[in-house]
Amino acid sequence: MTKSQTYLINSASLSDGSTVNLAITAGKIREISQAELNHDGEETVIDATGLLLLPGFVDLHTHLREPGRENSETVLTGSQAAVLGGFTAITAMANTNPVADSAGVVEQVARLGREAGICDVFPIGAVSVGLRGEALAELSAMAQSAARVRIFSDDGNCVSDPLLMRRALEYVKSFDGIIAQHAQDPVLTKNAQMNEGQISSKLGLKGWPAIAEESIIARDILMADYVGSRLHICHLSTTGGVEIVRWAKSRGMKVTAEVTPHHLLLTDELATSFDPIYKVNPPLRRSEDVMALRAGLADGTIDIVATDHAPHSLEDKECEWSAAAFGMIGLETAFAVVVEAMIKTGLMDWTRLTEVMSTKPAEIAGYEDHGEISINSAANLTLVNPEEVWRVDRLLTASRSFNTPFHGMEFTGKVRHTFFNGVQVVNHGELTGRRFEGSL
Amino acid sequence: MMDTVASQRHLLSAKDLSLSQILEILDTARELGRITDGPMKKLPTLRGQTVVNLFFEDSTRTRLSFESAAKRLSADVINFSAKGSSVSKGEGLKDTAQTLEAMGADLIVIRHSAAGAAQRLAESGWVSSSIVNAGDGTHEHPTQALLDAYTIRTHFPECENSFSGLHIGIVGDILHSRVARSNVLLLVTLGAKVTLIAPPTLMPVGVESWPVDISYDLDDALTSLDAIMMLRIQSERMSELFFPSEREYARDYGLGNLRLNLLKEKAIIMHPGPMNRGMEISAASADNRKSAILEQVRNGILVRMSVLYLLLGGNPIPVEGVLV
Repeated sequence: MTKSQTYLINSASLSDGSTVNLAITAGKIREISQAELNHDGEETVIDATGLLLLPGFVDLHTHLREPGRENSETVLTGSQAAVLGGFTAITAMANTNPVADSAGVVEQVARLGREAGICDVFPIGAVSVGLRGEALAELSAMAQSAARVRIFSDDGNCVSDPLLMRRALEYVKSFDGIIAQHAQDPVLTKNAQMNEGQISSKLGLKGWPAIAEESIIARDILMADYVGSRLHICHLSTTGGVEIVRWAKSRGMKVTAEVTPHHLLLTDELATSFDPIYKVNPPLRRSEDVMALRAGLADGTIDIVATDHAPHSLEDKECEWSAAAFGMIGLETAFAVVVEAMIKTGLMDWTRLTEVMSTKPAEIAGYEDHGEISINSAANLTLVNPEEVWRVDRLLTASRSFNTPFHGMEFTGKVRHTFFNGVQVVNHGELTGRRFEGSL
Repeated sequence: MMDTVASQRHLLSAKDLSLSQILEILDTARELGRITDGPMKKLPTLRGQTVVNLFFEDSTRTRLSFESAAKRLSADVINFSAKGSSVSKGEGLKDTAQTLEAMGADLIVIRHSAAGAAQRLAESGWVSSSIVNAGDGTHEHPTQALLDAYTIRTHFPECENSFSGLHIGIVGDILHSRVARSNVLLLVTLGAKVTLIAPPTLMPVGVESWPVDISYDLDDALTSLDAIMMLRIQSERMSELFFPSEREYARDYGLGNLRLNLLKEKAIIMHPGPMNRGMEISAASADNRKSAILEQVRNGILVRMSVLYLLLGGNPIPVEGVLV
């Protein structure tokens, strides 16, 4: 892949403000020092002056579309988008075709991830057979498979049946699994198109009330506490949801929660364009909700940022709103959007950003080789330029799909280099390996 | 840019129309009505221009109204009905519109079950024709609001340039009504006082912030109305739990015979059609001398002629007796 497996990273800033030199050998961080490191001429030297060194980002919510929808994304192209966005571990959601509800499918996804070989790809297993919300999938078989699945989710669908949810929460206790819930009451959101409120009423688009999300969050927090299981709430999007999670944490309940970059920046006002590029599940909410999510992420109520990277082909977005697919891509823009929403606003510092994008997601999912910069830890790292101003161009994405809502927007903060297990996979913002060439 | 209808390329929403543009459309419609009531039934103003009626949703009345309007202006008309068959849900908006434009469309009248379909067509860059929204889902139906305003104006000539002082009630399924949305926008621009009357289940979320009054009590609101618009109730709303039974709905929110007597002497009864007689409106109310429902249909053609004429920048309206 590169000429040498040994790297010297000179003059990198750490999130605490210090400056260090770093040596990487054989996949691991060999040395971290304030002093100049020995140099034998064989190493690849990276001048990281002005760059911030962070542990590689970890995404617990990624749609890779393979198997089944390889026209919109593959494990390889999703991995490429991930490393360009500074991620070294991504977590493949189960709503593929066939659904990742068996050991066979999760092992296939894990194998495709190893073959792509530029970041870790950890499969999520479905909670229910076919995501249908009726019968439990073989959770234990997936946990014991070579893919060693620990997170289970019907994401895209809510596990709405309370009995099924209870059983799933109980069942995964034997292997310390987590149920990641897509909180959406299906009856209250039948045919829903966007956040229910002033804007949906004006546009005549069927509303998606916040309570449809909050009622499930409240129910599942109580249930997880009752049965003593770990619950993770996917893509929190409402003020009430933040408040319920805050209450649960104040009572010491075992719940974690994520927020997507787009819910930290965009509001339902964008739907007035009727451009389905802004159609996403959960929907973009009010500006009050955006502010509540930011506050929740800053104060620790929300544990992590997760992209919910959801590639869709052009045909699925180039139509009228109600016919379009839900979802946005987000791996390559996640870091910049979080900087925009949280760092530039003064709500978070770099240490907290490191927690929410790397340390904490790695801890929740048990990804031991991620989220850490220390001697002898795996060299899963990203170097970012926090001052670099750039403009999102959807045509430049490595993803096989182009459905970014940030096209044309200017951001500050760009991923320059990414290392996966000690190998440089992104160099000066470009993939070191071959890139899939797509076009609109 | 001058504040004229010609400065707009499309008619997508009643919110895009200023007071002077609304009055321009209504005045032009009246003028067109005056001329076509005379010996010259058909005007040559849009000769050589092609109007496409792109109907993804069945609506014979609206299509006939637009078709008739375009033909009276001598435009060529292509009707495309995408009911059911090849163009199934959601598919084909882009392709169909581009195909019809390739056949020479200058203006596309679009009716679609999806909110925003007209705006999407206008703003996506897929086609360059002018777009007229003939009803998009539960969003808007601006020409219906224009024809309603035209109808009200003919009954209240003292309010010709402003509806200030007029009180208009819109009754029924506000939540799902594109007619209500467009009418609220247009009537408020015209200066009318608007009251929405419906059970709480059929009011849109956040309606309190609209520039209208809200009432759950039809009898209470009825006595002060100058015009009452009854909205059609779709039978499927009952299965969606919006109200318990047709009987209960008709009793509380229908314009039944007893309520006729509560209306002001000069008040008019309106309905965008098609009516459910016995449901939101009784037969006696529909056929009452106060009913302006058939006038609405007639006026619809004039208002649509006016919109097509102004958007397509047709030749000057001929003066009576002078052939162009």
